[in-house]
Amino acid sequence: MSISECTMCLLSISEDQNRVLLNFSPLPSLSSPHRNRSAFPAAQGEHLHQKMSENGALPLRGKVLTVDTMNANVKKVDYAVRGPIVQRAVQIEKELKEGVKKPFEEVIKANIGDAHAMGQRPITFFRQVMALCTYPQLLDDNKFPEDAKNRARRILQSCGGNSIGAYTTSQGIDCVRHDVANYIQRRDGGIPSDPDNIYLTTGASDGIVTILKLLTAGEGRTRTGVMISIPQYPLYSASIAELGAVQINYYLNEEKCWSLDISELQRSLQAAREHCDPRVLCIINPGNPTGQVQSRQCIEDVIRFAVKENLFLMADEVYQDNVYAEGCEFHSFKKVLFEMGPEYSSKVELASFHSTSKCYMGECGFRGGYMEVINMDPEVKAQLTKLVSVRLCPPAPGQALMDLVVNSPQPGEPSYQTFIKERTDVLSALAEKAKLTEEILNTVPGISCNPVQGAMYSFPRITLPERAINEAKAKGQAPDMFYCMKLLEETGICLVPGSGFGQREGTYHFRMTILPPTDKLKIMLNKLKEFHQKFTQQYS
Amino acid sequence: FRSSAGRLDGKLREKTLTLDTLNPQVKAVEYAVRGPIVIKAGEIERYLEEGGTKPFSEVIKANIGDAHAMGQKPITFLRQVVALCTFPELMDSPSFPEDAKRRARRILQGCGGHSLGSYSASPGVECIRKDIAAYIEQRDEGVPSDWENIYLTTGASDGIMTILRLLVSGKDSSRTGVMIPIPQYPLYSAAISEMDAVQVNYYLDEDNCWALDINELHRSYQAAKQHCQPRVICIINPGNPTGQVQSKKCIEEVLHFAYEENLFVMSDEVYQDNVYAPDCQFHSFKKVLYEMGPEYFNSVELVSFHSTSKGYTGECGFRGGYMEVINMDPEVKAQLVKLLSVRLCPPLAGQAAMDVIVNPPQPEEHTFKQFHQEKSSVLGALAEKAKLTEKILNAVPGIKCNPVQGAMYAFPRIFIPPKAVEEAKALGMQPDMLYCLRLLEETGICVVPGSGFGQKDGTYHFRMTILPSIEKLKVLLGKVRDFHIGFLKEYSGLE
Repeated sequence: MSISECTMCLLSISEDQNRVLLNFSPLPSLSSPHRNRSAFPAAQGEHLHQKMSENGALPLRGKVLTVDTMNANVKKVDYAVRGPIVQRAVQIEKELKEGVKKPFEEVIKANIGDAHAMGQRPITFFRQVMALCTYPQLLDDNKFPEDAKNRARRILQSCGGNSIGAYTTSQGIDCVRHDVANYIQRRDGGIPSDPDNIYLTTGASDGIVTILKLLTAGEGRTRTGVMISIPQYPLYSASIAELGAVQINYYLNEEKCWSLDISELQRSLQAAREHCDPRVLCIINPGNPTGQVQSRQCIEDVIRFAVKENLFLMADEVYQDNVYAEGCEFHSFKKVLFEMGPEYSSKVELASFHSTSKCYMGECGFRGGYMEVINMDPEVKAQLTKLVSVRLCPPAPGQALMDLVVNSPQPGEPSYQTFIKERTDVLSALAEKAKLTEEILNTVPGISCNPVQGAMYSFPRITLPERAINEAKAKGQAPDMFYCMKLLEETGICLVPGSGFGQREGTYHFRMTILPPTDKLKIMLNKLKEFHQKFTQQYS
Repeated sequence: FRSSAGRLDGKLREKTLTLDTLNPQVKAVEYAVRGPIVIKAGEIERYLEEGGTKPFSEVIKANIGDAHAMGQKPITFLRQVVALCTFPELMDSPSFPEDAKRRARRILQGCGGHSLGSYSASPGVECIRKDIAAYIEQRDEGVPSDWENIYLTTGASDGIMTILRLLVSGKDSSRTGVMIPIPQYPLYSAAISEMDAVQVNYYLDEDNCWALDINELHRSYQAAKQHCQPRVICIINPGNPTGQVQSKKCIEEVLHFAYEENLFVMSDEVYQDNVYAPDCQFHSFKKVLYEMGPEYFNSVELVSFHSTSKGYTGECGFRGGYMEVINMDPEVKAQLVKLLSVRLCPPLAGQAAMDVIVNPPQPEEHTFKQFHQEKSSVLGALAEKAKLTEKILNAVPGIKCNPVQGAMYAFPRIFIPPKAVEEAKALGMQPDMLYCLRLLEETGICVVPGSGFGQKDGTYHFRMTILPSIEKLKVLLGKVRDFHIGFLKEYSGLE
C-alpha cells in the first residue's frame, strides 16, 4: 500500500473515530498486545502486520520512552534533597489535610535551605524595587522610598524597551554585571573585577552545571574527572552523573570540624588518575551540608594544589554571608588567589558562584545568581557565551534581585536603617540557631554534631544500633534513610539522610536546616532527641 | 601525567580548559538567533553610543521575538498580579483591582511561607498546575487534562531540552534520531548537538506555504533509519521561523505517522495565540489526538509546550512556561520529576505570570474590559503587521514571502546573485550571512540568515520579526527593499 493510500484510510475513518470514542469507555489497556484495531480496515491491518514481521518484533506498539530506553545517564542521577523522603513528606501533608490521624500536627520540612518557606520575611527594600520594576506605574506612588525608585529606574533603563519582560543579553543585564563586578571588588579589598567575566545565572545551580558541561570531555581513561568533597551538595554528583563525567571523592575530616585536608586531596587525585583525567576541583565554602568555614591558609593550600595538578577550580560561595562562628571569616577564593601573587593569579582558572537564594535574603524562588570566571581561555569564553545563549537569558526578575543584593542601600539613603536592621535580625537569628542546634544535639547520647560555623545546616553524626542497621539492610535501605523515614512517620520532621550527601563507610548522618524560627527549632530538636533515644532503645 | 609532562617540557602552564579540551558537543552547538550577526549588532550599537557614525542612527533588532524590547506594552493585569505577589503590602493599596488581588492571594497561598521567594515543588506551584489543566481543558473544548501531567518550566526552551534529554540514548545506529522541520527554530539543532543525538531533517514545503508534507516525513524517516533510530518528531505550530499554521488534517496525518512509526511527539505550541490569517485556526495536537479516538489518544506519547514569552503578553524576561505530558510511562515520569528536582524549581515570578495567562480576567470581572482591550490591540496590530510585511516584501523583485499566517516572523526567500554567492564562499561565509551582514552594516537592521534555521540547498532566506511598531516596520521594510535592490544591482553588474 502506498503512503498516500494509507493516509487516505486514516482520514476516511477519523470521523468515525469521533463516534467510536463515545462508546469506548473504559478505554482499552495501553499494554495489551492485542489492542483493538477494529476501527481500521482490514488492508491497514495487513500493512501493519507486514511491517512488524519485517522488524521481527512483536505485534505491539510499546512506549517509545521507557526506563529501559531512556537516557542512561539521567537514570543514574540522584538528588536526595528532593528525594523519596521529601516525596513521602508531601504525601503525609496531604494525608493530614484529609484528616488522617498522625502522632503530630504538621510536617516540618528541615530538608531544604528554603528560608521563606520557614517563615523568614523578605527584605522590604528588595521587594519594593522588584515591585517597581514589575509594575512601573508604582514609580508615581509616594509610599515607595526614593532610593528604591532610583534602583528600579536604573535597572529598567538597561532592559530592552525599559521592561523586565524583555529578554536580556544572555550573559545578563549590562548594569547588573557592572554592579556585580563592583561588589566583588569592594568585597575583595579592591582586587579588580571585570564585568566581562560576570555571567548572570538561573540560581547558582545553573552556573555550576554549565561550567561542568564545558569541562566534560574524553572517553575511557581520558574522561573528565571532577573532584568533589564528601559529604557534598548532591547537585554536584547529580550533574556529574547526568553529564557522564567521573566523580572523584575527597573526604572532609569530620574529626577536625569537616576541614579540608590537602593530603586527602592528593590521595584522591592519585587514585583517580588510574581511571580518568581529573581536571576540576569543586569546593563549597562555607560548606554544604557540613557548615565549616575554610581558613585562609587552607584556601591557599588548595590553590597551590590546583596549580601543581593543573586543575580548574570551581568555588561555590553561595553562603558567603552566612558565617556565624567567632574566629571564622569568609575568604573568597578570588581574593586569596590574587593575594598569592601574579604567579598564581594569572594562571589558575577559577569560576566562583553566588546566588540570591541564601545569605540573609533567602530569595530562592527568583532563581537569581551569578558566576565570575577568571583566566578562562578567550575562545572557551566565546563558547560559554554561545552555550548560554541557547537558553536565551536568566530570568530578568532574578537578575534585578541579584543587583539589589550587590548594590544594597548605602548610609544616607532613606532605606538604609530598615535594611540594616532587617539584615542583622536575620543573620543574628541564624547565628543563634546555629549555636542552639549544635548545643542541643550534642546533649543527645549517640548524636555528635560539629559546630555550625556557617551556611544553613547541621550535619550531625548519629550512632545507629546494629539491629537497626540490619533491619534497614534487609529492606534494601541505607540505614540513615531508614532512620529518617521513621523520624518522619513518627514526628513529622523531614530531614535528609547523610547517604544522600556521601559519608565515610560505616558512619551515618542526617542534614537538617537551622531555618525554622527559634521556638519551632527548639521543639523540633527536642522531638528529635526523644525520637533518637526511643529509636536507640528499641533497637538495642 | 598530562599536566606534569607539560611542566617538565619547561612550557608555560597550559590552560586546563581550551578549545581542544572543551566538551566537543558544546563546540558543535550553534544558535543563530544570538549568533555572530547579533554580536556584530551589539558592537555597532556600542560604537554608535560612543559617538561613532554610521549611515543610520540606530540598530533595529528584528532578530528575536522580543516584543517588549520592540516597544510592546505589558498587559496591565498581568503586571499587577505579579507586583502584588512580589510585594504583598500592596494588597492594601486601593489602586489595585480586586480581581488582581484575588489572584495574587491565591498564588501566594500556594507558595511556601506565602512568599514568591520560596522554592516551589519542582513540577511547579500546585494551584498553577491546576489552573493550567483547566485552561487546556477549556481551550480543547472539554478534552480532559490532568494537572499532574503539567510541569512548569523556565521558558519553553527548558522543557524542550529536558524532554529531549530523557529521550537521547543508544550508540551508533541505535542512537536516538530527532526529526525536526527545516527550517527550524535553532534551539532544536542546538539541543541535539549538545546531547549528541542525531538530527533528522524533514523539509517544509515552501511552495505550499511551508506546509508539512506527510510524504516528506516518510522519506526523511526511512532515510534516517539507515544510520540512527528515529524516536522523536518535533513539530512547531504555528511555525517558527516559517509562520505557517497547520491544518487539522495535517496534524491528523502527523499523529497517524507517529503512531505507525512509534515516534514520541513533541509539539511546540508557544505561538498558539498568534494566528492572523482569517482562514487559519490553531488546533492543539492534544485535541486532535483525542478526536482521533482512544486507539491514538491512549497510546501516542505527546508532550506539548507553552510559554509566557509569546502570545499577546510577550513576557520573555520572566522565563515562564509549561509542558503537558501525555501517555508518558509512569516510571519515566518519576525520572522526569527527579531530573527537574536537581534544578530545584522554575522561577516563581514566571510561574505567576503563566498563571495569569491561563487564568485571565473573565467577562464578569471589572478588569475584563481593559484586559480584553489590551489583548485585542496587541493581536490586532500583529495581524496588521503580518499582512503589511508580506505585502511590502513581495513587491520587491527577488524577494518572495509566504503569508505570515501566525507566530511572529517573516521568512522570505531572497535571490542572491551568483557573483555574491561566489564572494561569500570565498570569504568562507554562507551567502545569506554575507547578505545579512551587509544589510546590518548599511542599514542597521539586524535579521538572522536563513542558514541559521536550515533551508533547501541553493535557497536563501532571512528571518525577521514583525514586532517593530507599524511606523518603524514600514521604515524598516523600505530600507530592506532599497538595500535589496542595491545589492542586486551591485552583484548583477547591471549598473
